[in-house]
Amino acid sequence: MLVFEKTSLAKEIEQLIEKYGNSRSVLLSILQEIQSKHRYISDYAQQEIARHLKIQPVEVYSVISFYAFLNSEPKGRNIVRICKTISCDMKNKMSIVKAIERELGIKMGETTSDNKFTIEYTNCLGLCDEGPAMAINERVFTKLTPQTAVQHIHKVVG
Amino acid sequence: MKKDKLRNGKVLFSDYSLGEGVRKALTLSRDDILFEVKDSKLKGRGGAGFPVSTKWMLGAAAIAERKYIICNADEGEPGTFKDRVLLVEYPELVFEGMIIAGYAIGAKYGIVYLRGEYEYIRKSLEDYLNLMRNENLLGKNILGKEGFDFDIKIHLGSSAYVCGEETALIESLEGNRGEARNRPPYPVNTGFMGMPTSVNNVETLSCIPHIILKGGDWYRNLGTDKSTGTKLFSVSGDCERPDVYEWEWGITINEILEKVGAKNTKAVQVGGASGICVPKSQFDRKISYEDIPTGGSIIIFDENRDMLKVLKNFMEFFVEESCGQCTPCRIGNVKLLEGVKMIENEQYTFAYLDKLKDLAKTMQIASKCGLGQSSPNSFISILENFKNEIFYHENGVENGK
Ligand SMILES: Cc1cc2nc3c(=O)[nH]c(=O)nc-3n(C[C@H](O)[C@H](O)[C@H](O)COP(=O)(O)O)c2cc1C
Ligand code: SF4
Ligand code: FES
Repeated sequence: MLVFEKTSLAKEIEQLIEKYGNSRSVLLSILQEIQSKHRYISDYAQQEIARHLKIQPVEVYSVISFYAFLNSEPKGRNIVRICKTISCDMKNKMSIVKAIERELGIKMGETTSDNKFTIEYTNCLGLCDEGPAMAINERVFTKLTPQTAVQHIHKVVG
Repeated sequence: MKKDKLRNGKVLFSDYSLGEGVRKALTLSRDDILFEVKDSKLKGRGGAGFPVSTKWMLGAAAIAERKYIICNADEGEPGTFKDRVLLVEYPELVFEGMIIAGYAIGAKYGIVYLRGEYEYIRKSLEDYLNLMRNENLLGKNILGKEGFDFDIKIHLGSSAYVCGEETALIESLEGNRGEARNRPPYPVNTGFMGMPTSVNNVETLSCIPHIILKGGDWYRNLGTDKSTGTKLFSVSGDCERPDVYEWEWGITINEILEKVGAKNTKAVQVGGASGICVPKSQFDRKISYEDIPTGGSIIIFDENRDMLKVLKNFMEFFVEESCGQCTPCRIGNVKLLEGVKMIENEQYTFAYLDKLKDLAKTMQIASKCGLGQSSPNSFISILENFKNEIFYHENGVENGK
């Protein structure tokens, strides 16, 4: 990580501490903000957060590793999550998965070389009546066909 | 505030205007409210079915500097999406239920624990809270009631099914891994930040304004003797009209299948992955605490479905979602999944499967929280009810007869 990236991240974390306070119970809110902006929580960010909250960095890591939506390794700028739980599975989620894999030229769990997309599975999104369902970042898309799924992905900018 | 009626039901999906419930509640004493809730015999809709009045009375009796009302919106059970509909279409019921709970128990703080997957609903909920603040339904001296202050915060989860378990949820709120705590002590005594906390499901809270408005006895007259009122059902799978429905407790599986346009059904999973799989021969059973209780997930399988695949999907879910804290659940679910794969590859012996069934029973008894206690349910019920199909390769039509 470059020095100026570190300083700006340190500043960002300071601002989050100002916004939320420095008690342990704010940890998840802070991690969520870093995650949504950077798509991962770097070792450096973990150390900074730990320092402010007066806990060990390994505790921050242990929390990150517990939750499916938090990660400590870089991912693409946009995360596509396809529901693999039973109701979507029965609505032929595999055809969606295959179409997206073909279109992006990567397999589930991988990131495109331009870092734009990471694709992965998720468990039930609570949209089982409108399956197959997927989420791109925090937006959700339902009643997918292989074609509409791919169209939604191509509409993503940034 | 009246809105167009999209859905129909006797309680939750009936007419309601913002503020009615709280307005009525504030004319009553705390004891009156606890009495109405007791009279309604309302039980928790999050799955466990614990009487709401008992929890609230303990909360009201607790003496503490702070008390909390937590709305459990971590809805993660496969095939469950009714809380999403309440949060999106009926937020007034959810929030007013929390306010009334706060009034009854003497809590000033409300927290909605919203699952990470529902982040897209957060903005509209925040806007709704602001609207309620403007109407003085939240904030200080609510609706002019001297000394009654209550406000609600929304806390987002980060995707972990087990955080729906109330003590894991509290751990998560405190900034920790969502690992279930030993109970007792129960959250009503020692909950969030060690303070008395009532954790209630979205649907449970949403029933409260209607019960306060129309009375506990009105509510109790719906449903059955031990399962009073109505229930929201999240119906998905093989049917023409998957959706959320409000029906009275005591409805049979056959009636449900008829209403949602399900044809050639061979199995119905009641209660999601941690529920049980009911074969055709038992479709006359009633959904109720007396017979088959449920948090409301109904997944329908028609004759073309491979039940072993269904079971495999469920077991994969539990292997991923176990918090790993206790051995029966962490190792047990892996072993059950291995067993399913052995059957799939025809590499099993019946002796070994019997051992796995024993393991499943051990998990039900020895696991620390409801996840490990209920994850063997589908393993046991699918292998038992669909053995013709799974072991003798008969076609699905004969299953469970
Ligand atoms: C693994 C597991 C997941 C749970 N998930 C939820 C959930 O998503 N929503 C919920 O309201 N209750 C859930 N519960 C039940 C809660 O622990 C708790 O009983 C409930 O929130 C109490 O509210 P109620 O009495 O209104 O049902 C879950 C329990 C377990 C063991
Ligand atoms: S039963 Fe499973 S989810 Fe519950 S505490 Fe034990 S390991 Fe964790
Ligand atoms: S099974 Fe896919 S959203 Fe529930």
